[in-house]
Amino acid sequence: MASYNLKINGKAVSVTVDEDTPLLWVLRDELNLVGTKFGCGIAQCGACTVHLDDTAVRSCSIPIASLDGANITTIEGLAKDKLHPVQEAWKELDVPQCGYCQVGQIMTATSFLKQNPNPNNKEIRNAMNGNLCRCASYNRIEKAVALAAKKMS
Amino acid sequence: MGNQNKLTFSRRNFLRTSALASGGLLIGFNFLTSCSETATPPVDISKLNFKDFNAFIKIAENGYVTIFSPNPEIGQGVKTSMPMIIAEELDVPWKHVSVEQGVLDTNNFTRQVAGGSQSIRFGWDALRQTGATAKQMLINAAAIKWNVEPASCSASQGIIKNANGDELGYGNVVNEAAHLEVPENVTLKESKDYKIIGKDALNVDVEKIITGESLFGLDYKVDGMLYASVLRPPAFGQILESYDSSEAKALPGVVDVITIGEQARNYLNQDSFDPSAHWSVQLSKTDKVVVIGKTTWDVIKGKKALKAIWKDDSLIESTEMHNDELVKILDGKNLDTRREDGNIKKAFAEADKVLERTYESPFLPHNCMEPMNFFADVTNERVHLVGPIQTPEAAAKVVASLLNRNLEDIHVNMTRMGGGFGRRLYGDFVYEVAEISNKIKKPVKLISTREDDMSLGVYRPAISYRIAASIKDKKVTGYHLKEAAINSNMYGLIPHFFPAGAIKNYKVESGNYQSNITTGAWRAPYTNFLAFAEQSFFDELADLLETNPVQLRLDLLKNVKDGEDPNIQYSAKRMTDAIKLAVEKSNWGNTKEGIHQGFSAYYSHNTHVAEVVDITLQNGLPVVEKVTVAVDCGIVVNPTGAKNQIEGGVIDGIGHAMYGDFTFKNGKPQDVNFNTYRLIRMKETPVVNTYFVENDLSPTGLGEPGLPPAGGALANAIKAATGQIMTKQPFVKYLIKHKTGLKV
Repeated sequence: MASYNLKINGKAVSVTVDEDTPLLWVLRDELNLVGTKFGCGIAQCGACTVHLDDTAVRSCSIPIASLDGANITTIEGLAKDKLHPVQEAWKELDVPQCGYCQVGQIMTATSFLKQNPNPNNKEIRNAMNGNLCRCASYNRIEKAVALAAKKMS
Repeated sequence: MGNQNKLTFSRRNFLRTSALASGGLLIGFNFLTSCSETATPPVDISKLNFKDFNAFIKIAENGYVTIFSPNPEIGQGVKTSMPMIIAEELDVPWKHVSVEQGVLDTNNFTRQVAGGSQSIRFGWDALRQTGATAKQMLINAAAIKWNVEPASCSASQGIIKNANGDELGYGNVVNEAAHLEVPENVTLKESKDYKIIGKDALNVDVEKIITGESLFGLDYKVDGMLYASVLRPPAFGQILESYDSSEAKALPGVVDVITIGEQARNYLNQDSFDPSAHWSVQLSKTDKVVVIGKTTWDVIKGKKALKAIWKDDSLIESTEMHNDELVKILDGKNLDTRREDGNIKKAFAEADKVLERTYESPFLPHNCMEPMNFFADVTNERVHLVGPIQTPEAAAKVVASLLNRNLEDIHVNMTRMGGGFGRRLYGDFVYEVAEISNKIKKPVKLISTREDDMSLGVYRPAISYRIAASIKDKKVTGYHLKEAAINSNMYGLIPHFFPAGAIKNYKVESGNYQSNITTGAWRAPYTNFLAFAEQSFFDELADLLETNPVQLRLDLLKNVKDGEDPNIQYSAKRMTDAIKLAVEKSNWGNTKEGIHQGFSAYYSHNTHVAEVVDITLQNGLPVVEKVTVAVDCGIVVNPTGAKNQIEGGVIDGIGHAMYGDFTFKNGKPQDVNFNTYRLIRMKETPVVNTYFVENDLSPTGLGEPGLPPAGGALANAIKAATGQIMTKQPFVKYLIKHKTGLKV
């Protein structure tokens, strides 16, 4: 066990965990930030997506030891006073079915739109391809990313 | 069904009311069943009694309404649509309604199950009746206040009015209403007067979902909770011989390593044990090794550090062996007749032409995005169970038997479910965690990894169909379908689905091979592959008859007289209307060059669906561009939710037909995570356009019926584009092999 200092959703936190503990379980079990989901544990489904600085990363596959001093944003830190435009778009289009993967989808979309604020459909489909949705709400996810881009422009 | 507003209910035993201590009215009702004579709802909202009632409506003094929805939510939207039905008849503004998930405390209820796309169909009458009865009580209370006849009063949008122009809000009369008799003879609305039903309502949990609030079973925690990870046999047919936990126990976060299995074995040996019951599917004889730890990561690591030796206990099976067995069944004579009309022997003997095809499908895991998990806290006083389960009632009963407890001791709280697809009908993980907590006497959460989930599932069984049709004088004279499946066969009225009734000489037979691989329901059980087989077969049949696939269906449907055979529950008229709508909206037969279309129409789960798939070819491989769907599900309660279900079902059907593959070698599944197991991803998804047949009929479910026709429509589009006949899922295996000559 060792102590690690991180900035999570703008706040400095310190955790004492095994060095190989994936960020996902630090968030969920140690910090009680359960919005970030566990889906596959091998960075294949995207349910655990969070932001490292502004980049979408898979928290299930990043050991805490490599993150000392890192700046992490989770879904809990995405909405400030009101919903983020990506969340607004998700709500407006009534995207979720079971809802489990949607946090990861939103985190991927938010990071993507920061890099590419005005994407075409093909770019959206490429960007979101790493996030699985078993309910297959893909049509609405695609539309919601486009709507969010419009809202933010 | 046109007079659906004149239903009779035994309302005396249907619902009960009480005045809440905190003010307001509480209505307890029992969804589809009568309450017991002595049942009374509590006066304290924190003590909702789900023994006699499985749903409650609270109307507060400010007129706001809280509905405690009875059905668990797995993503099919009933937590939104069922309260909409109550609110419609209660006649309150939808924005004044909030919805909470009901709790399960005992076995005294019916249909607190999500599965089979039946929640809305079964709930429709009871929910409307409840809302209308509550509204009448409020009107009666206002009439007493005003000293007028109730008949001279009306209510709308939470406001009661009388002939003098006086107005009272629902909240102003709730305390009086609570003391009135439950009225009889209430009138239900005409569908033309609906204000909530038929209008888009957002998923009631949408904001919680998109902000990451704790909702799912995996998110549930209590102070002092430990985590558990279960090591099960790596192959079907194996049991535990011995294990070494010294390395695991040496890890600082590991609290203990125990075994479970004894209770399940005792239970299996009971006389009352019913091996055919769905909840028995995953009870096994083996001991399992359980790592208990302080965090999820501790138990994941602890399990990896276990050393276990397994021994063969029964046959070790493989996909090759299953395929041989299924062919043997199809070739053999030991099949059960499920429906027989006319004389197929004669029809085939006199035929000008015969078409025969065999279709094969693999096992499939459910792969809910939220892996199986459950919480248990077993104490001397009670057994508290919390988590995602589609069948809380059965889980409570089995746990009571396993732990030798009274059913009254078992309390189940349902969380939102990160997908179900049939997997969460089976409570194996509930039984395991109950046994674990019983042994350690501490609150504990069982967590499965994706590998756990995929390697000890309750899979869709591999199934093969052989279909033959006889043709004489350019007409279909005979139809013979044989089913060979692992473990069990098509259920209920499926043998009577189309084309039963449309072809004079008709026979459906089935047989199965008993495997030790656990199988069960998977979204649209049996029809998820049967529809593909039949709908592909019809396409070829149309070619032989020199007609087009749509015309073939329409011609066959003309032979069916609705209502003539009680076993035939599809409606020729409704199916014809759905087909015509799909044809119109898809521009069937008039597409641009380079677009190839495939058609399919299927009735299942009481809903009629027709689909047209548009594909293009890129580098010789199909790209699914668009799916046009026409659905007759009666009245559409919540259009946005309904479309979401259809879009998901269609893409799910296409994804699994294209990519879903799952094989066994030496009893072990060959894919255990998403690095090798392929699910459809966004780049492969078509645009799904959904249209509803407009009518006034009672609503039917949507969670499943969009899926079955999708694979067949896609196969038919591939046939139109390439001439290749898809007979085996997943298609991608065949297509890549065919295109590149590589063995995949």
